[in-house]
Amino acid sequence: MSITGTLLRSRALAALTSPHGVDRYLEQVNPMWAAHEVRARIVDVHREVDVPGHPPVATITLQPTSTWRGHRAGQHVQLGVEFDGARRTTRVFTVSSPDSRHGDRFTITLRANPEGVVSRYLVERATPGTMVHLSQAQGEFVLPDHVPDHVLFISGGSGITPVMSMLRSLQRRTHRGRVTFVHYAQSPDHQIFAAELEEIRRSGHGIDVHLLHPELGDPALSPAWLGRLVPGYRDVPTWACGPAPLIEAVQAAYDGSEALRVEYFKPPRVRASEDGSTGEVAFSRSGKAAPNTGASLLEQAEALGLRPEFGCRMGICFSCTSRKTEGTVRNVLTGEESSLPDEDIRICVSAPVGDCAVAL
Amino acid sequence: MTTQTTSTDTTHQVSAGSTSEIDLDAFGAELDAIRQRVIADLGEEDAAYIRTVVKTQRGFEVAGRALFYLPPAWPLAVAALSVSKILDNMEIGHNVMHGQYDWMGDPGLNSRMYEWDTMCPSEQWKFSHNYIHHTYTNILGKDRDIGYGILRMDEDQEWRPYYLGNPLYATLLMLGFEWGVALHDLEFDRIMAGEKTWAETKHLHRGLLRKIRNQTLKDYVLFPALTGPLFPATLAGNALANLIRNIWTFNIIFCGHFPAGVSTFSQEECEDESRGHWYYRQLLGSANITGSKLFHVMTGNLSHQIEHHLFPDIPARRYPEIAVEVREICERYGIAYNSGPLGRQLGSVARKICRLALPDRLGRRAARSRPSEDVVGSSLAA
Repeated sequence: MSITGTLLRSRALAALTSPHGVDRYLEQVNPMWAAHEVRARIVDVHREVDVPGHPPVATITLQPTSTWRGHRAGQHVQLGVEFDGARRTTRVFTVSSPDSRHGDRFTITLRANPEGVVSRYLVERATPGTMVHLSQAQGEFVLPDHVPDHVLFISGGSGITPVMSMLRSLQRRTHRGRVTFVHYAQSPDHQIFAAELEEIRRSGHGIDVHLLHPELGDPALSPAWLGRLVPGYRDVPTWACGPAPLIEAVQAAYDGSEALRVEYFKPPRVRASEDGSTGEVAFSRSGKAAPNTGASLLEQAEALGLRPEFGCRMGICFSCTSRKTEGTVRNVLTGEESSLPDEDIRICVSAPVGDCAVAL
Repeated sequence: MTTQTTSTDTTHQVSAGSTSEIDLDAFGAELDAIRQRVIADLGEEDAAYIRTVVKTQRGFEVAGRALFYLPPAWPLAVAALSVSKILDNMEIGHNVMHGQYDWMGDPGLNSRMYEWDTMCPSEQWKFSHNYIHHTYTNILGKDRDIGYGILRMDEDQEWRPYYLGNPLYATLLMLGFEWGVALHDLEFDRIMAGEKTWAETKHLHRGLLRKIRNQTLKDYVLFPALTGPLFPATLAGNALANLIRNIWTFNIIFCGHFPAGVSTFSQEECEDESRGHWYYRQLLGSANITGSKLFHVMTGNLSHQIEHHLFPDIPARRYPEIAVEVREICERYGIAYNSGPLGRQLGSVARKICRLALPDRLGRRAARSRPSEDVVGSSLAA
């Protein structure tokens, strides 16, 4: 592959396929051929837990194109799915398998969020053979090359996935130190990777597993409880991932300690009132924000002194296209509302409905 | 059918019902309704269509490049490469860069990222075309596509002896159309007239030179070199394919705005324009070409220039179906709908290019206020 890869990425071939690029030709022959882009074929969909009345969780095994550069445990990947062969929607998922190298298969584990079109599609409808689009692995929530002697993992809900990836990597690297693993789940039935964790717990190797279910009377996370479990925990390198309330509790317990690294899922922003002119509009690149006036995003940006690129100001020329990262916008021409995250919108004809964030 | 259109040298007020007689708000609302309905309906078929066109274009391109290794197949190679370049330019490049397929979320078909196989960098073209031309369509002094700063295409462009060369300039522009489009943003005419300095175009130079270098390198150096001893034949073939594409695109594009019956507008009458008036101007400022399905594909559906100007961001494959409704709406509102076969539209454009080369005669000026029985009127009755 390396010779083919070098050739495919060569300047000569780029010059010949200009202006379209090598991948625009390769994809016409075989979607698994790529010089720069990353795609993957789903090779397995495995249901982890399926509690009636609760969204199911599945682990999906992906065979990436040879362009996949591998990942470090704890990283995530942007995964794009094409619905009805037309609309590509992209979401972020954490890799759950141990560190991968160039072109290696890897897995993601996800819960079918009832309102999440991509996660529901992947868990409920995707079948082996389905192609998906990928980014390279991203994220700084990773283990260092030299793992400390004692590490602490704290996770909650589906926040277990990056931590599980780390745990699996440590096992594969035959880490000799001590690992304390604390995980909060709603109930034993909701426990993802239960059998594997049980196996790890039994076989020991210095891994101390604590599966907690506060609804069944297990202690909630507190400094006192953590202190009993791991004396001097504030100095133990810790990786924590989970829903916002758990992360807040962990951050409070660590009191600013540099030993703590966290990753958490952002709570959804507030949805607006009827007329839409509530909430806050944030322009992330410039760091400016103001109460939503209900005017178009272009006008609101200009009112804050920003100078976004624009052209026709009537939605036809696409000069002002920008990335909306969060929130809902209404197309002032059609009245159509859209709440997709990470969506390209024409800010001259888009008015925010409630809270909204745009990369400007 | 009582609609009448006017000859080239009339402004729009006399064409087909003046704005005071037409309820432009209701007219605009009807067009908005078409737009909303089509946008809500976009999906799998539109995606499959554009992907098929892309696949076909790539196929023709690869076939064309490969056939140059077979000397007897040289004409076939040129034909295949020409088809590839025309598809790339019209049905794919032009339409993708209008944002017609942005809703798909496919970076390969995204208006922000697409680059086409011509000398003009997409970034510059999107400014002069999507923004300037499509926003200020046919407004004299604002729409630089009227004559491209080279030609006299409207009575209201003041005649100068320079314009005696109108047919010659048009021919040269046709032969080197991709160069004309590439240099469009530099506004040479304004630099020559001293209205603009060369330094003011500096931000364009780098992108322009890079694109020209890339295009020239592959068509005139690398691919010919790859065919070894056949270098001259491949070079000539590539040049010919570019030339054929230039001639084709020039003619289709000129038929879209310059046949008889198309109106131009003054800046004053477009001040504080309503949405309905904007649609009205787009409609009267454009002209369609009738033809077969294959013909429409090869024009990038710019044969439906009217629908394209009303809805530039709707996938072009929808224009034929929209056209039926637009024509019906125009009939009801008594607004001219300029459409005719390629031969007639071409002839009309050629006559205009030649006639406007000459100074306006007194008689012509007098004719301005009188609706003429120009050919276009007859096509409306269809």
